[in-house]
Amino acid sequence: MNDMTRVERTVDSKAIKIAANNVQVYYGDTHAIKDVDVQIEDKTVTAFIGPSGCGKSTFLRCLNRMNDTIDICRVEGDILLDGEDIYDKRVDPVQLRAKVGMVFQKPNPFPKSIYDNVAYGPRIHGLAKSKSELDDIVEKSLRRAAIWDEVKDRLDAPGTGLSGGQQQRLCIARAVATEPEVLLMDEPCSALDPIATAQVEELIDELRSRYSVVIVTHSMQQAARVSQKTAFFHLGNLVEFGETGQIFTNPEDPRTESYITGRIG
Amino acid sequence: MTDISQMPDAAPTTKPKGGSLFEKDARTKRRNAAESRFKMYGIAAIGIGLLMLIVLVTNIVTAGTGAFQQSFLALNVELKADKLDKKGNRNIEDIKKVSTFGYAPLIASALESEVEKLGIQTDLKPKEMGKILSKAAQAELRNYVIANPDEIGKTVSFRFLVNSRVDGYMKGRVTRESIANDKSISVEQLDFVDQLRDAGVLYKAFNPDFIFGADASDQRPEAAGIGVSMLGSLFMMLVVLALALPIGVAASIYLEEFAPQNRLTDIIEVNISNLAAVPSIVFGILGLAVFINYMHLPTSAPLVGGLVLTLMTLPTIIISTRASLKAVPPSIRDAALGVGASKMQAVFHHVLPLAAPGILTGTIIGLAQALGETAPLLLIGMVGFIASNPPDGIVAGFLSPNSAMPAQIYEWSKRADPAFYERAWGGIIILLIFLVTMNTIAVLLRRRFERRW
Ligand SMILES: Nc1ncnc2c1ncn2[C@@H]1O[C@H](COP(=O)(O)OP(=O)(O)OP(=O)(O)O)[C@@H](O)[C@H]1O
Ligand SMILES: [Mg+2]
Repeated sequence: MNDMTRVERTVDSKAIKIAANNVQVYYGDTHAIKDVDVQIEDKTVTAFIGPSGCGKSTFLRCLNRMNDTIDICRVEGDILLDGEDIYDKRVDPVQLRAKVGMVFQKPNPFPKSIYDNVAYGPRIHGLAKSKSELDDIVEKSLRRAAIWDEVKDRLDAPGTGLSGGQQQRLCIARAVATEPEVLLMDEPCSALDPIATAQVEELIDELRSRYSVVIVTHSMQQAARVSQKTAFFHLGNLVEFGETGQIFTNPEDPRTESYITGRIG
Repeated sequence: MTDISQMPDAAPTTKPKGGSLFEKDARTKRRNAAESRFKMYGIAAIGIGLLMLIVLVTNIVTAGTGAFQQSFLALNVELKADKLDKKGNRNIEDIKKVSTFGYAPLIASALESEVEKLGIQTDLKPKEMGKILSKAAQAELRNYVIANPDEIGKTVSFRFLVNSRVDGYMKGRVTRESIANDKSISVEQLDFVDQLRDAGVLYKAFNPDFIFGADASDQRPEAAGIGVSMLGSLFMMLVVLALALPIGVAASIYLEEFAPQNRLTDIIEVNISNLAAVPSIVFGILGLAVFINYMHLPTSAPLVGGLVLTLMTLPTIIISTRASLKAVPPSIRDAALGVGASKMQAVFHHVLPLAAPGILTGTIIGLAQALGETAPLLLIGMVGFIASNPPDGIVAGFLSPNSAMPAQIYEWSKRADPAFYERAWGGIIILLIFLVTMNTIAVLLRRRFERRW
């Protein structure tokens, strides 16, 4: 795995953006997340890896309370964003989600124009005072998502008419347009070809300078390439969490080792 | 690793195992036979259906098109001032005192002079000649004079309806044999009609009054029209649209997007489906009990009819709205929530626009159902009411007694005179045109907006 040397490892520890303590998640009677403690640092890319069904998406969706939309889902424990419990009664999940943006596994642009896709978030949050300000936000976001050059001539075309990779980058542009502090990405590259994947990965690396990014991935190489921290989940447990370099070269837990060498999963 | 170029040029082929692929074995033959038998059944079923449809449509068209044509007699009537305005002051109140009977001599003498002019030989007395005209003719003349008092003293050309027997004779429904026992028309009169027809003053023409006019009493089938009951239907549909659409859509959105999934919502859901299957007459009796007997709303009013039909249409609209909300992929909702939209924003900005074509389709189909519904109107008195005057104004349109298109058709089909029967078929054609148009719009909407995501 030569790719692993590509990203410079930041060993100095940063401020903690999200702290999860003793998190339990139940779907009805199914105990999907068991006793998870994780600290997600600011301006860092954290990767969640693990075999299918181990609860990566479930845990990720806890971080911006997207699980609220599932009736049978129940979350226990505390998750602190900037030291504030996001499951506190006083917290409005809508306000939280403006701070903690999300990119989904399947690209899901709105069936509207490219411009409206990106402008939607800023509009509902009142981030732009004028049309030109909104234009600026749209352009900046599309540039940041490395898709501006491809779509700048057809901002009025429907977002659903783009290719899968372009759609996913459009969704990323849409997510960054609301200026979130944390960006959650659930397998953002699983529908993309290697070139688009490389573009998204590059993008993630750039996003790190402004946001803290959490990415779920099934690709060991991808986790190794883009992340500084890696969390390995197995059957709802957080087995190992640490520096990406360390997890991939010198895992402590035998389960982690079997997984990254391809023996379980 | 074998190199392809080293393969021998003509490698031996293997022999087919079992039988050759060119020959069908017994099993395959049986399966194919079963399949073609099934296809035949299907084609036969479709054929029967199509045949029935063709029979129905030709039946309706042949029986109903007659209603759109009516026989008219062209006459020049001298509006004699000494008969209509004895005082000679053109005072509208005095003119109104002359009843429709007072106009009969004018028509009779006009007919007499016409006969003289055309050189028609007949033994009929002027009074009997006048009987070939509709009883509506005098009223028509009177209305004209009241509307145009300045024309008194002049000679004006009119186009009068002839009575339903003569009209039937012109259309071939009435023959010399069939009137043997008929007191209202004689063979001499038919001879007279033949002469007038040959002279070109008695002719068949398109009759817009059938579409736009009001119903008429038993004695004047030739003057009856469906227009006023069409207005009744229109006002009912307005009530249905104004109530069922917002209530139905709001209920569906709440149930589909906001309501928790529990026992109570399950029960509500099952009951809505049940309501959709309740016979419409049940809604009629509910309307009678609640709206008329308890709330004392006026009988026969389109408002009450509309309320009853709203009850009937709501389940249809709710079910189709929920289906189209369900069809919107959840990823769209996730996307909206993911950028920090509230649930309501997600629904109204993204889900509802995508579901709108489906909602509209369901609404149009629900309206079409309501438009053709007769049974509940029976119970609230919209059947049997003779809609002889168009409502004056919007409020009266909702509150004054009226009929509705299907009720009017039912009413005509009950009346004795065969001329009404023809009008019933004609009414069905109009109703069907409305329904087919509405359903076509629904289908087009669905096609146009299908799967945009
Ligand atoms: N909506 C739900 N209702 C009930 N159970 C669920 C639901 N979503 C997930 N689960 C269960 O929770 C567990 C964790 O699922 P999750 O989707 O988080 O796995 P994952 O790690 O993301 O898997 P994958 O890599 O395949 O995406 C699984 O056992 C799954 O069956
Ligand atoms: Mg997942």
